[in-house]
Amino acid sequence: MSYLEYNVQRTPAGLAKVLHVNWSLVLLLTAVAAVGWLMLYSIAGGSLRPWAEPQMKRFALGLAVMFAVAFVPIWFWRNVSVLAYGVSLLLLVLVQQFGTVGMGAQRWLDLGVIRLQPSELAKITLVMVLAAYYDWLDLRRASRPQWVLIALVLIVLPAFLVLRQPDLGTAILLVLGGGAMMFLAGVHWLYFAVVIALGVGAVALVLASRGTEWQILKDYQFRRIDAFLDPSIDPLGAGYHINQSKIALGSGGWSGRGFMQGTQSRLNFLPEKHTDFIFTSLAEEFGFVGGVSLLTLYGLILAFCIVAALRMKDRFSQLVTLGVAANFFFYFAVNMAMVMGLAPVVGVPLPLVSFGGSAMLVLMFGFGLVQSAHIHRPRAKG
Amino acid sequence: MKRPARDAAETSRSVTRRGLVAGGLMGGTMLVLAGRMRHLQVAEADTFRLLAEENRINIRLIPPVRGLIHDRTGQVIAANEQYYRVDIVREDAGDVEMVLDRLARLIDLPPEMIERALREIRRHRPFVPVTVAERLTWEQIARIASNAPALPGITPEAGLSRFYPLAGDLVHVLGYVGAVSERDLAEQEVPDPVLRLPGFQIGRIGVERHMEGALRGRAGTKRIEVNALGRVMRELDRQEGTAGRNIQLTIDHRLQNYVQARVAGESAAVIVMDLRNGDLLAMASSPTYDPNLFVRGISGPDFRALLDDPYRPLVDKTVQGVYPPGSTYKMVLAHAALEAGLTHPDERVFCPGHMDVSGRRFHCWRRGGHGRLNMVSALSESCDVYFYEMGIRLGIDRVHAMAERLGLGVRHDIPMSSISAGLNPNPQWKRDRRGDAWRVGDTVNASIGQGFVLSSPLQLMVMTARLATGRALVPRLVRSVGGVEEPVPEAPPLGLDARAMAVIRQGMDETVNHRRGTAWNSRVVEAAARMSGKTGTSQVFSITAAERAAGVRRQQDLPWNRRNHALFVGYGPQPAPTIGVTVVIEHGGGGSSAAAPVARDVYLQALHGGFPPLSAYPEPQRNRMETLQRELSERMLPPGGPTRDRA
Repeated sequence: MSYLEYNVQRTPAGLAKVLHVNWSLVLLLTAVAAVGWLMLYSIAGGSLRPWAEPQMKRFALGLAVMFAVAFVPIWFWRNVSVLAYGVSLLLLVLVQQFGTVGMGAQRWLDLGVIRLQPSELAKITLVMVLAAYYDWLDLRRASRPQWVLIALVLIVLPAFLVLRQPDLGTAILLVLGGGAMMFLAGVHWLYFAVVIALGVGAVALVLASRGTEWQILKDYQFRRIDAFLDPSIDPLGAGYHINQSKIALGSGGWSGRGFMQGTQSRLNFLPEKHTDFIFTSLAEEFGFVGGVSLLTLYGLILAFCIVAALRMKDRFSQLVTLGVAANFFFYFAVNMAMVMGLAPVVGVPLPLVSFGGSAMLVLMFGFGLVQSAHIHRPRAKG
Repeated sequence: MKRPARDAAETSRSVTRRGLVAGGLMGGTMLVLAGRMRHLQVAEADTFRLLAEENRINIRLIPPVRGLIHDRTGQVIAANEQYYRVDIVREDAGDVEMVLDRLARLIDLPPEMIERALREIRRHRPFVPVTVAERLTWEQIARIASNAPALPGITPEAGLSRFYPLAGDLVHVLGYVGAVSERDLAEQEVPDPVLRLPGFQIGRIGVERHMEGALRGRAGTKRIEVNALGRVMRELDRQEGTAGRNIQLTIDHRLQNYVQARVAGESAAVIVMDLRNGDLLAMASSPTYDPNLFVRGISGPDFRALLDDPYRPLVDKTVQGVYPPGSTYKMVLAHAALEAGLTHPDERVFCPGHMDVSGRRFHCWRRGGHGRLNMVSALSESCDVYFYEMGIRLGIDRVHAMAERLGLGVRHDIPMSSISAGLNPNPQWKRDRRGDAWRVGDTVNASIGQGFVLSSPLQLMVMTARLATGRALVPRLVRSVGGVEEPVPEAPPLGLDARAMAVIRQGMDETVNHRRGTAWNSRVVEAAARMSGKTGTSQVFSITAAERAAGVRRQQDLPWNRRNHALFVGYGPQPAPTIGVTVVIEHGGGGSSAAAPVARDVYLQALHGGFPPLSAYPEPQRNRMETLQRELSERMLPPGGPTRDRA
């Protein structure tokens, strides 16, 4: 089907759009955000400050952004995709030149009113531009090498710029998200097999480069990898994050130590407890039950997105919806794998739960696109 | 943008297919995550919970309060003194340098102290208290407290530290406490964890060391919750320890104080014993030093000065110093000879002033000789030739056996450091240690307490006590521990012949109370305080022929460290003695001139519990004694006991 069908069917307009908002998804997103508030409140020792309250305000802002995006027709977003992608690339270059340095990386662009993190923006614009690209591209040509190469360039450009900041976590998410888009668009599976093989080779190369003049990763990144492989090498240094986070998780047990009773987070044994490692606090205080509950909420969000995508009629809407879902999935999967010691420590926040502005706004923007696609899908007239 | 419908349908199916595959992959990944969560949180929960507790809880020790040491009158002679120090916490102080500058001006701290504190502060984490100054006066602390608002981060703290109110008087008995060294920890298999507390002090020598077990007590513990930086968040619970037990010694601090004043300036050892039970009433070694210096950490130059002092203040001469007993040894010979039946009290031996034994001439101290002497006169006039004769008749083995019965060559077990066993020689010893056979000349030397014979003042005290009582008295230094009386050791009769004892006691009586006795000048004329005793003068070096030719005749002409040791052992009052006294004055010259007068004064002081009436002294000495008493009372403690003021 295509936009042709918009001629025979109708799409909601005006106030009617409100009725067609996917309210279950809004409810789920709010529930996940509420888990975040609860944890931020607990970590602060039972206080709304300094984290829970700003986080609530941000979520309110995020909801506003989502609805704003949702009520704009999806075809508008498709038409501005390339432009948005271009702008985000430009911002990534700018942040390299004029950005604010924080935590050893140049990630922030201070626009006076708001501190923008272009790498977050790039995630959603990449999804948009790839969706538009594959919407435009004939499916039969999608697996042809030259067309695959174009998609790869679209992915690698922002990923490379982000890696230079350096922000390994976001770069990985960009590559994974982009790859997911290509997969969803129907690129032949052999490409993915090759990429996975190459990936293994690249990991070997990166490890081999260590200590040589052309060392690819920074020393701290290598230390994190070592610590991941064997956290006990350096329990107070590079392995500290992983060890302490496993202790926090493990000590939570089946049902946790109770709200505000987590000793690991309350006593500061956990690093970055309000951002990347917030899941450990949750798991410590609410245990296996709490952790699985959050995982279930995330799973439901994914399921709602996928179901919504299946009912959509045009390719851009479907790809954007699935792309946002995939990005969201990579966020929490990488974060959880990291805190559980299944993946190296890379700076990836837990979506909607971790304290932080840019990531949440961009995610809500993405869900805005999902809602827009959902609202503006053609429905039978009458 | 227009596309055939067939293509559109195909495209849509493709997305649907891939979407479902992707959903499946996501679901699978989530299952893996849930499985990992289950593994960590359910299967290994106990392990990790334990690790979390270990992270969280620290056990801190509460140092126990060290037991006090009292003298026999109840006076505290080793006290715990509260001392004040100021700590600074960097993160509370803000501008550390400004705060320290204010503090320095407020309580007059030297700049190097501030420098040191700043260095320490930089070395520690911002919340760790660092001690700026220790042992502040109450006035300084009050000034800090009243200026507290201007001194953020500064906290006055109180701690306990050992203080010895009598300073040097009892230092050789008590010893002192000091910091724990690595070696102390290595000595024990499982060191008491309290030893690792910063600033904890243990007994280094003396009673403090040997009674450490009783004095230390047991540390209490408190469990505290700490955060990742080690900052204390709260106390969870606390278990009080037990304070160390108080100890009471047999020493009388006032007598000790008198003795120290009396022998000040000499290198000397004085012991006073209660002959009824062996209680050591005074154990003085002179010169002394201030143990409080050691508690606070003595400076290098101060310690060097103590080490280099020729009078060796660091040595405890009462138990550690050994001397040839000289003529005080003659009672051993007398008892052995009477018991063996080799002489009888009335046998007279001729003293021509010397005796030739196997080609060597042994002199009597009186060059002109004593003429014919019985045992009593031989003792009171301290004739050497008489005892040479007895020694030759006895042979060294019998002398050795009697010396041991009287407590010589025996290590007496009291809780003090470096107690010497002295040397009670016999042929076996000489073969083993010198690789040489025992010769008759060795016996002759030994029979006047010279040659190889070495005894500590404590051993001479025990010998004197046993001669005076006929019982195997042993010294006792600790009267009670933790309020529980220490048993008085059994003192069974030595099995000495009563007639022999009577003869020897008469000899010792005449030494002091007979016109011809060597200690006649040190007699007590007060009837109820009649003292007996025996002088001794032991040679350190012989006067050489060259010196004699150069005109050296008298001890005073020799340099100090080559003069003879002066000894006196005595007891009284007759006929039922209660006080025994031993005096050794290193290089004092002669027993009768240097040691006996000191012994008499100490004996009278012990008997009277204060200055004796002048009437106890012979008429011509009373003026001199009055002056001496006045001088001494100025140097002694005021009657109210030691003040708490410190030097």
